[in-house]
Amino acid sequence: MDPRGNIIKKRLEGVKRVIAVSGGKGGIGKSVVAAVLSLILKEKGKKVGIFDVDFCGPCAHMILGVREAYPQEEKGIVPPEVEGIKFMSINYYSKDNPAPFREKDTSSAFVEMFAITQWGSLDFLILDMPPGTKDVILDTIRFIPRVEFLILTSASQIVLKTVKKTIRLLKEESVSCVGVIENMSRPDFEVKESEITEEGVKFLGRIKFDGSLEEALGNPSKLLKTKFALSLNKIIIKNTDFISR
Amino acid sequence: MHEWALAESVVETVLKVSKKENLNRVSEIKVKLGVLQQIEEDIFRSALKDITASCGAVFEGVNIKLDKEEAVFKCRRCGYVWKFTDSLDVKEENQEDIHFVPEVVHVYMRCPSCKSFDFEVVRGRGVSIDYVEGE
Repeated sequence: MDPRGNIIKKRLEGVKRVIAVSGGKGGIGKSVVAAVLSLILKEKGKKVGIFDVDFCGPCAHMILGVREAYPQEEKGIVPPEVEGIKFMSINYYSKDNPAPFREKDTSSAFVEMFAITQWGSLDFLILDMPPGTKDVILDTIRFIPRVEFLILTSASQIVLKTVKKTIRLLKEESVSCVGVIENMSRPDFEVKESEITEEGVKFLGRIKFDGSLEEALGNPSKLLKTKFALSLNKIIIKNTDFISR
Repeated sequence: MHEWALAESVVETVLKVSKKENLNRVSEIKVKLGVLQQIEEDIFRSALKDITASCGAVFEGVNIKLDKEEAVFKCRRCGYVWKFTDSLDVKEENQEDIHFVPEVVHVYMRCPSCKSFDFEVVRGRGVSIDYVEGE
């Protein structure tokens, strides 16, 4: 009998909201949105944690410029604070090496890390999700109480199709979805809002492609000044229930 | 000592089982400790004792049995079977990483026969409950 899953609810008792930043396909900016969202929420005075659950390709540490940090052991593991944000990643243990995990390994690592991580009290725990609807998404739905999904899309029909499937899956499981953001938007190639709203989910807004973002990676204060961060902040302000719920 | 967090998961699970099975008292718990996770047995036992003691009468006089389980791997490429204790090429600092998240064994260990990273952990990964007894 595997005992680990039974303690996860208790580990998250002090966390008010868990937002899983997800999306249909890889490369649509989930990690950058998750990391910058954490920084913005921290700027707004919230207590924030971020957990990179993309175990095969963790990169939130690169975006936030995490160096020299390592979790402490205290009745479990306590994530170190980076820019005032509690930061957890498998990268502390895989150390930028290739991680050839099969699905059952990612699933087990997910349960293990949630079972042993002591988050304490948080307003928001942001999950940087891997692409697709494989085991980590299913485990998030199964093990994380009151989880809410924030879904990213692009205007590509390929991405939209997968996003719609994800939304339907969440609906079927009665999992909350705070809404959809279109990332890397171009004026000549945008998602029709109705494509999202007809799925019964809120279209939160668009973030234009920002060519300067790459240079700001690894530097949180620079990241917060990018057009990308300003657009994401506007979306959060416009959708007031996002932070005040 | 992250053993405490895993011990807490064991107690939480035993409480769940005792509720489901209508047990008023748990008399014995047997926990298997997979060698791959390198759990410190003394720390784990002491954490289990402390946590069960704080749960009241249900664990009064409980006998806690811990049983080490050898970690065994099988290569998916060539079929070779080996034990963690045979894997002398895993550095001490990486053993510490495996202690926290046993799945990272795939990052630091290779099949001793064909050097593939594609192997399965047949048994002995970590903490699991073998049985719960009570009345």
